[in-house]
Amino acid sequence: MIPVCPTTALPPGEATRVEADEPIAVFNVDGEFFAIDDTCTHQDASLADGWLDGCAIECPLHASCFDLRTGKVSGPPAKTPVRTHRVVVQDGTIYVQPGVAADGAA
Amino acid sequence: MSPTVAVVGASLAGLSTARALRDRSYDGRIVVIGDEVHLPYDRPPLSKDFLAGTASLEDIALGTPDDEDLGLEWRLGTTAIGLDHLGRSVLLSDGSGIRADGVVLATGARARRLPGSEGLDGVHVLRSLDDAITLRQELTAAERLVVIGAGFIGAEVASTARGLGLEVTVVETQPVPLAGPLGAAMGAVCAELHADHGTRLLTGTGVAGLVGSGRVEAVELTDGTLLPADVVVVGVGAAPNVEWLAGSGVALGNGVLTDARGATNIPGVVAVGDCAATWSAAADRHVRTEHWTNALEQPATAVAALLGAGEPVPPPVPYFWSDQYGARIQFAGLRREGDVARVVEGSCADRSFLVVYERDGHPVAVLGMNQPRLFTRWRRQLRSAVAAAS
Repeated sequence: MIPVCPTTALPPGEATRVEADEPIAVFNVDGEFFAIDDTCTHQDASLADGWLDGCAIECPLHASCFDLRTGKVSGPPAKTPVRTHRVVVQDGTIYVQPGVAADGAA
Repeated sequence: MSPTVAVVGASLAGLSTARALRDRSYDGRIVVIGDEVHLPYDRPPLSKDFLAGTASLEDIALGTPDDEDLGLEWRLGTTAIGLDHLGRSVLLSDGSGIRADGVVLATGARARRLPGSEGLDGVHVLRSLDDAITLRQELTAAERLVVIGAGFIGAEVASTARGLGLEVTVVETQPVPLAGPLGAAMGAVCAELHADHGTRLLTGTGVAGLVGSGRVEAVELTDGTLLPADVVVVGVGAAPNVEWLAGSGVALGNGVLTDARGATNIPGVVAVGDCAATWSAAADRHVRTEHWTNALEQPATAVAALLGAGEPVPPPVPYFWSDQYGARIQFAGLRREGDVARVVEGSCADRSFLVVYERDGHPVAVLGMNQPRLFTRWRRQLRSAVAAAS
């Protein structure tokens, strides 16, 4: 597991980027944490820099949308989903498990 | 017999319309008519990665596997030539017609051409996939490119051609490029990217004509200068594809005139995307918006109007971007002449900055170069501000 940050450092509506083999973006949606691949599958852009609207993240460059819960594309021009990663909170710290899909992800 | 919606236009606005219809649980027939033979594809890469040869047709296709569930009937390679609003049917170039309970006009726009350029080889516009394929072939064999018009398309083609190693000259009639969308001060800043990357930019210079017989050899400027050219790209704006609606009873101006939700004066007929001149309360006039995001987002509202759902119009914050010479330019908001542009982050000299346009001390628009994170925050803030004010 990769430590991300204390839960207090990632308030609702915010996102952060974690370096891993493939960078991972971690989001706080109203107190629930989600992790997906940080790099947009359309072109090289960091989804942690994107526009978070509910459980949808919009790429900051070309407006592709992904569902944080499933990684699925919810708006073009991207066509390929991003991977989800399981998030664990222990003792007030957020961790991600790279390569382990989030519960309920497709 | 199940109801039918005819979507006239098979690009981003048309596809978004079809998706929005199904999102709203419309389960009737959807016929999508496109004058190009291709399934919907993404146009922005046509001047960038696709033109450079680094993105394939498969890369720029807009359709996804999920779209097969939409159950669309495609009529591609078929041009709509008329609308009979009494019988509510769309007349097609192959002589057939499609009876429809609802019609969505999404015929887009076409590139304006330079008068006198017809029949001269080597002179191109860039709007469609076929335009891009032809231009790409020509650029690979060319040494000198002249681009007429320093708007976003012109600048992006110049950028891509420089990347392919061509000698590039851009000619712009206006004293400052992009002054319309960005204002003169920031237009000038963005235009500096050309010189940074070895593209020659000539401003305040009109084109007198094209020189050559059979194939273009040079561009002649109004001051008499001759610019030798193997290839010429004309990027002087676009005109809405609405001539086919003449006599249909649909009200036309600079595009199909609609209310704020996309409804035309004819019941059961809505218009979206580049062909639509949509009523804007903020501007107090009909506004035709040629942005990608508009073609993506507008159909949801128009489909709601078509299906009789009485939902309020979401407040628009127009957004567009341009990728040139590796720089990411992004703009959002409603700028007017007289708004004051203020750099709030970075510096223009570093080609990394965020500029906020203010009117009466309030932010109304935002421009970023290579600042996607900060730009997105400002864009979001603008949308909240507009929603609160309306």
